[in-house]
Amino acid sequence: MDRRTFFKASMAGGAALATGAATCPAQARDNNPMPADAVGLLFDSTLCVGCKACVAACKEANGMPLEFSTKDQYWDTPLDISGKTLNVIKAYRNGKMEVKDREENGFAFIKKSCMHCVDPSCVSACPVSAMKKDPKNGIVTYDKEACIGCRYCVAACPFGVPRFTYDSPTPQISKCQLCVHRHKDGKYAACAEVCPTGATLYGTVADINKEIARRKALKPGEKTSFPRGKLGGPDQSYPGVAAKYLDHTYGEKEFGGTQMLMLSGVSFQKLGYPDLPPRSDAAISEKLQHTLYGGLIAPIAVLGALTFIAKRNVKPEDEEGSQHG
Amino acid sequence: MANHAHAPRPLGGSFLSPLTLLLGVLAAIAGVILVYRFIYGLGAVTNLNDGYPWGIWIAYDVVIGSALACGGYSMALLVYIFNKGQYHPLVRPALLASLFGYTLAGVSVIFDLGRWWNFWHIFWPGYAQVNSVMFEVAVCISAYIVVMWIEFSPAFLEKWGMKDVRQKLNKLLFFFIALGVLLPSMHQSSLGSLLVIFGEQIHPLWRSGMMLPVIYLVTAILLGFAVVIFEATLSSTGFKRQLETPVLTPLARIMYWTLAAYVALRVIEIVARGALGTAFAATWQAFWFWVEMACFVVPLVTLASENARRSASKLFVGAVLLMLGGFMLRVNGFLVGYMTGEGWSYFPSLAELMVTIGIIAFEILAYIYIVRNYPVLPAAQPASR
Repeated sequence: MDRRTFFKASMAGGAALATGAATCPAQARDNNPMPADAVGLLFDSTLCVGCKACVAACKEANGMPLEFSTKDQYWDTPLDISGKTLNVIKAYRNGKMEVKDREENGFAFIKKSCMHCVDPSCVSACPVSAMKKDPKNGIVTYDKEACIGCRYCVAACPFGVPRFTYDSPTPQISKCQLCVHRHKDGKYAACAEVCPTGATLYGTVADINKEIARRKALKPGEKTSFPRGKLGGPDQSYPGVAAKYLDHTYGEKEFGGTQMLMLSGVSFQKLGYPDLPPRSDAAISEKLQHTLYGGLIAPIAVLGALTFIAKRNVKPEDEEGSQHG
Repeated sequence: MANHAHAPRPLGGSFLSPLTLLLGVLAAIAGVILVYRFIYGLGAVTNLNDGYPWGIWIAYDVVIGSALACGGYSMALLVYIFNKGQYHPLVRPALLASLFGYTLAGVSVIFDLGRWWNFWHIFWPGYAQVNSVMFEVAVCISAYIVVMWIEFSPAFLEKWGMKDVRQKLNKLLFFFIALGVLLPSMHQSSLGSLLVIFGEQIHPLWRSGMMLPVIYLVTAILLGFAVVIFEATLSSTGFKRQLETPVLTPLARIMYWTLAAYVALRVIEIVARGALGTAFAATWQAFWFWVEMACFVVPLVTLASENARRSASKLFVGAVLLMLGGFMLRVNGFLVGYMTGEGWSYFPSLAELMVTIGIIAFEILAYIYIVRNYPVLPAAQPASR
């Protein structure tokens, strides 16, 4: 009798949860699409000379403190992004380091800052909407007034980008927000603004993709011109020579795409970037959550079934319980 | 079903003892460290870093702590949903341990939150972000803590002689019991789902994707049974009461088959995903994986016969191993198997460990106080030994 009741109720509700869980591995929700007016950065490793003007400009534009890695604390020397540093240039060094942008016995420079993912893990992970992706320009922003400091974003990001100020009693997350606070003055990302070689360019993702296609079509050694600052902004271009690019544009497909896109002559894994699949983890995680909890249908159905069963099973014991209580 | 001999009664007796004194000192040390932490920040007392932003205050205090507090959940599931009335005497003590386990897991989250004064945002429309697994975990755990206090309130109401309130509550208790089964099912599975978004940052042996919630839920139920056996044995010895082996033996049988199903599921899942090879690599991850698996497989062998399940000592050892196994699964998933790139390492600082130990000490202290003063444990004659 009880068993039959239990099974009946399971049919009604309990099964909903099980089917939900069983059907969801079939496919993840699709990656979120690129916002229509997405802006971002193009980093061309072959143009970067490692001057770190962008690192200094970023600190100034964002009011970030200095960070020291040498014994004599003369100037800002961050080795990686951190709670105090939103953007760094790192060097790849191999063997004799003779030729730039070559893997064997060569060297190269690489920028490390927020990728502004199209479908960011940090935004999906954040329980309090402190991490947000602008629906129009796609910039991933952080609001410390909303943040509870749980650091799920830090743990979730596959690029290791959001950082945390552990040493403060009022800590916060630090990450590049593409200088969104400067946009109202007609300014843009400080790193791109100061880059003397145009290795870091700011622009719409559409413009960036056009520029990438143009560069990839060039023959190595071919004379061309490189824009600086902002794509579609005032002309600051200068003549240069095309380098030998890898076919791979990092951020085009990785993790559902990113709004910082990168060109290089040295493989991105060697430059310290992870080899990521084309689907975003946010898509998988959210698909799972929506399957189990979408519209609260499964939980309510299960609760109904459990209530029904519990009502039958609890009652007699309670009456006895109160007699003896 | 319930009879006079088994109706819960306060144990009475003196609260002060060398054990409670020691527990009190440990809890006080944790308190001092926490004051320091709130004044100088997380970095001043923990070894947390951007490669390991979560340490034992999350992995142990919350993820493992709440799983070890699943005794109330597992027993409610057994007694009220599967209608196994014979386990009724185990429900209240299990629920009490769960109540403290969960309440402290909930409270200790605050210690770990960098911007703890904003914690209410997680429940607040406009801030709450429903796609976040963390949101689901936080809301469900909080709700469950409230539900458990309501479920447990008859023990207080009995003591305070509030018969009217008790009777009214009794009429609704079935609903809270149903909620008390639903909510842990949701958040214990979601504690596994937390790892889904870490994607390839999790070692293949724990990167079970959509099966993560199932693995975490089944082990939580398993841990619930193990903890009930563990606590029943300890409180029988500690309070010099008769061993409850007659009721524990059939419970161990249910636990055993749950365990068998879990081990099969875990192995099949790893093999099907093609991750088995990584278990034979010369890595720390592989080593700790085998430790974890051993904790689950050994009880599968030692508790295989009904005779073995009648032995109080074998039951106790089996339960302890299962608790260790559940512990390892979670430590492995959240710390050992969390690989965020080269150059990062984490091992808890002494201060971090002392806080965790202090929280456990406080929990045991509160349990002793409550069972001595409130009707929780089934009344029985002291063991004549």
